[in-house]
Amino acid sequence: MNKYTPVIGLEVHVELKTASKMFCGCSANYFGKKPNAHTCPVCLGLPGALPVANKQAINWCIMIALALNCEINTFSKFDRKNYFYPDLPKGYQISQYDLPFGHDGWIDLSKPVILASDKGARPESKKDPGQARMAKKRIRIRRVHMEEDTGKLTHMSHPELVSGSSSNEMLNQVQHDNKKKVSLIDYNRSGVPLVEIVTEPDFDSATDVVEYLQKLRQIVRYLGVSNADMEKGDMRLEPNISLSKMSLRGDEVDETISQERSPRFARDDNNLPNYKVEVKNINSFRFVEKAINFELKRQEKLLDDGKTPPQETRGWNEKKQETVSQRIKEEANDYRYFPEPDLPPITHTNEQISTLSSAMPELPDKIFSRFLRKFSLNEYDVEILTRDQEAAEYFEQAVKLGEDKNISPKQIANHIINKKPDLSATSPSDVISQIAKASQTEDISEDELTQIITKVLKENEKAVQDYKNGKETVIMFLVGQVMRQIGKKIDAQKVRSLIITNIK
Amino acid sequence: MIHTLSLSDARDGLNSKDFSSVDLAKACFEQIKSHDDKLNAILTLSEKEALHQAEEADKRIANGEESPLLGIPIALKDLFLTKGIRTTAGSNVLENYIAQYDGTAVQRLKEAGAVILGKTNLDAWAHGSSGENSDFGPTKNPYNLEHIPGGSSSGSSVSVTTDMAFAASGTDTGGSIRLPASFCNVVGLKPTYGRVSRYGVIAMSSSLDSIGHFTKTVRDNAMYLQVTAGRDPKDSTTPNKDVPDYQKKLGKGVKGLKIGVPKEYFIEGLDPNIRIQIEDALKFYEKQGAEIIDVSLPHTEYAIEVYYIVQTAEVSSNLARYDGIRYGYERSHFGDEAKRRIMLGTYVLSAGYYDAYYKKAMKVRTLLIKDFQEVFKTIDVLITPASPSMPWKLGERTDDPLKMYLSDIFTVHANLVGVPGLSVPAGFKGGLPIGMQILGPHFSEDLLYQVAQAYEMEHPWWKKKPDLGNST
Amino acid sequence: MNINVKHIAKLANLPLRDGEEEKFERQLSEVLSYVNRLDKLNTDNVPETSQSTGLENVTREDKTEKSLTQDEALSNALKTHNGMFIVPGILQD
Repeated sequence: MNKYTPVIGLEVHVELKTASKMFCGCSANYFGKKPNAHTCPVCLGLPGALPVANKQAINWCIMIALALNCEINTFSKFDRKNYFYPDLPKGYQISQYDLPFGHDGWIDLSKPVILASDKGARPESKKDPGQARMAKKRIRIRRVHMEEDTGKLTHMSHPELVSGSSSNEMLNQVQHDNKKKVSLIDYNRSGVPLVEIVTEPDFDSATDVVEYLQKLRQIVRYLGVSNADMEKGDMRLEPNISLSKMSLRGDEVDETISQERSPRFARDDNNLPNYKVEVKNINSFRFVEKAINFELKRQEKLLDDGKTPPQETRGWNEKKQETVSQRIKEEANDYRYFPEPDLPPITHTNEQISTLSSAMPELPDKIFSRFLRKFSLNEYDVEILTRDQEAAEYFEQAVKLGEDKNISPKQIANHIINKKPDLSATSPSDVISQIAKASQTEDISEDELTQIITKVLKENEKAVQDYKNGKETVIMFLVGQVMRQIGKKIDAQKVRSLIITNIK
Repeated sequence: MIHTLSLSDARDGLNSKDFSSVDLAKACFEQIKSHDDKLNAILTLSEKEALHQAEEADKRIANGEESPLLGIPIALKDLFLTKGIRTTAGSNVLENYIAQYDGTAVQRLKEAGAVILGKTNLDAWAHGSSGENSDFGPTKNPYNLEHIPGGSSSGSSVSVTTDMAFAASGTDTGGSIRLPASFCNVVGLKPTYGRVSRYGVIAMSSSLDSIGHFTKTVRDNAMYLQVTAGRDPKDSTTPNKDVPDYQKKLGKGVKGLKIGVPKEYFIEGLDPNIRIQIEDALKFYEKQGAEIIDVSLPHTEYAIEVYYIVQTAEVSSNLARYDGIRYGYERSHFGDEAKRRIMLGTYVLSAGYYDAYYKKAMKVRTLLIKDFQEVFKTIDVLITPASPSMPWKLGERTDDPLKMYLSDIFTVHANLVGVPGLSVPAGFKGGLPIGMQILGPHFSEDLLYQVAQAYEMEHPWWKKKPDLGNST
Repeated sequence: MNINVKHIAKLANLPLRDGEEEKFERQLSEVLSYVNRLDKLNTDNVPETSQSTGLENVTREDKTEKSLTQDEALSNALKTHNGMFIVPGILQD
């Protein structure tokens, strides 16, 4: 797909695992509960009800924003987003419009991007590769804001339940097409706190999107604010997808833009495609890549035929494994945002933000670099060891215990990664004992050892010659040969140094 | 005739065991049944519950309890949710809605031992200044059945005038307590915004709705406020402000007080009979030692425009929940006035118009607030008429929504700023009542009572009851 | 002052009967002309006020409280099924 570049922006909703809902005291733990048994006047939208904001939810939203390197609006407020839909009991959603808690943040993906060494250089011009620098691909976060979830609609066919017609225009419109269908509403989920995270359209592949989601999920799990389980609905994704006719991948960056804010790629924000398609209903991690790639292919075909894909909302159909146009045509909805009169604004001092920041646990990226530096491990190892917070903590504890026993972090890492002990059943000190035992060596007299080494060196003259010629890795082969001849488990380091001494 | 007593006298009578709460309740029900078919002030009677509450109250009285509303029968404007009892908002949409919970103000009244007789009629959704917009028929002015009682809290106002209840709750978003109070010869308080919880009261305009009440006298009014006022954790717009003893300043008179008279309220269009009564009252206050000072609230003429933008915008949003799914009937059941306001509000918030209307109105609201802030730097209270005209005839303004909206010109300013306003009986003309409005700084209700009572003591207009004819 | 009543009624989810459109258009236009008087006022550099209390940071602790029972929640619905509210067919997202 080289003639088009995907242009993808993401809207992710993260459901917070607070005890109570965003604006009332009903339990936020709604999954699998008896329908409409976790509601109250507020989240049911009864006449006369009023919202009261959940402080914990706000703190957690700000923490997510900080973890995504956002600026925090020290003066913030809630706004009403007005629209009609049966799962929205008040006929408006309490959300945030122009003063979200967080804005203008970023997150780096692992994919490297080449930085141009001079402004305006084009990729096809032969550049000296030595001049190019590597940086990570950066995704800009436009905003992080707080809102409330809606109720849950389920659909079924049940002709007897639909009787008479309604003079409600909206409902009639669809009833005409669906005479036998009804929708059932459970408001247990209504009012659960949601954090909405919106990126700039900085993604250019489905794999990037997957990595972003994994990172986001890891961050919110580390923060302890959400389970971020797509299958359970506590992390939801809505990509906006289009294709740019730019054939250049444009991997360069104008270095005159400040380092912290540079988007790490040269796509001009003013040159975005003139349409975008929103895809909803991707409910499972395993279908993210598939759904996005399907949509990209669909759009590519249209563009090849000289048509512009219509700007619309499409739904991912898991059964058919394709995106389908949503027949309820969403007129560009006029949400008529205005400041929520029932909720006073939320303000924070800089000190309060610092306090929140200090209260946050160490985040995955930081732990990652710290482990790399401190423990001299490679990236692959560190990724596995820091996959979740519990594993990272476990490893650090084991390292501490290992210090006394002369067991290196590398040994511990190897043991955990290769032997895969059940970390929940084995304490760090037990793991250390396991390692100690496995590397226990028996004793052998230096004479006996020297004898065997001399023998092996004689039997492997070519290897010895290779070593003398500079092929240092041969030593391991020689060590192996000695170990085999000895038949006992002895200190390999000792053998190695003795061999080297003997060769010289 | 125990139902004709003031609330405070009724309390004394209960304490002295002259009669019981059950006696009072029964007398009120008798009065309702004799006269309400002419007046249409009551929508729902909760007789069984009321008598039960009265019995409980009598037990508490027997135990020596003496709280201000204990055993007192009251009525509630049908915007107040009452658990297990029909709550209609005066609209067909909620014709059969049975509330699933009690609002905070209602809970406090119940805990204080008040006896809830029933729900009173109102302009549907509180949209109205006359009492004619109810989907269940208009309420009539007891002093002249061909005239309007004022709205939107029409039924509550009338129920107190006619001794059907000792007090009645209301809401005031643009004058809906002060206007009917002045047209029905009762005391009506619009408290400071946020003084009384809005939780459990059907919302009209969230940043303007003030939860108040009607009583026969000033003292009665203070006793009632004592029960309902105060921070509510369920209403984020109620500040953590102390609730003073609202009766404390009664009897202190007005000596040394500075009373401001804003010139913008004494315009040519003001009915001369009303002007005379207010000027008399001011002369009285001056004799009593107050200083009468001419002041100006320069942006007064824009208050109605700001009001009809902000209020309708909030109304359009607050009424979005009525879709017939979880309760009530669906939206075709809205009356014309509700539809007008919803559409107007939708328009002023809509794309392309938000800046010109809603945003602009929010800016002018700041100017209106500054008007009051300036004036209260040197003035203690303001006195104005509550209405530019006498209570008009039924049907006189119903074809002209704009004319109806202009009835509110003296009352909306206080709602936009959030300050409290008290309407006090100030005389009659042609048999119809005239009311005087007293406005003060935020949370100055006790001062308003002080000033009002000084006048009331020498001018007991409240004793001039309407002639309801013979009981059936 | 022309207000597109049809569009506004749709946005507001208000069904209008035949003939109502004209009546409302007339009445609303009149009110709009009146409120347009605000244009005369210079409000440059005047901040907006949306709340009169001046309050900030009113929040609650993350604690659960008693909910309504399922019966109470459903008690005023015209149609329910298996503990849920019913709406005539909405197309699946």
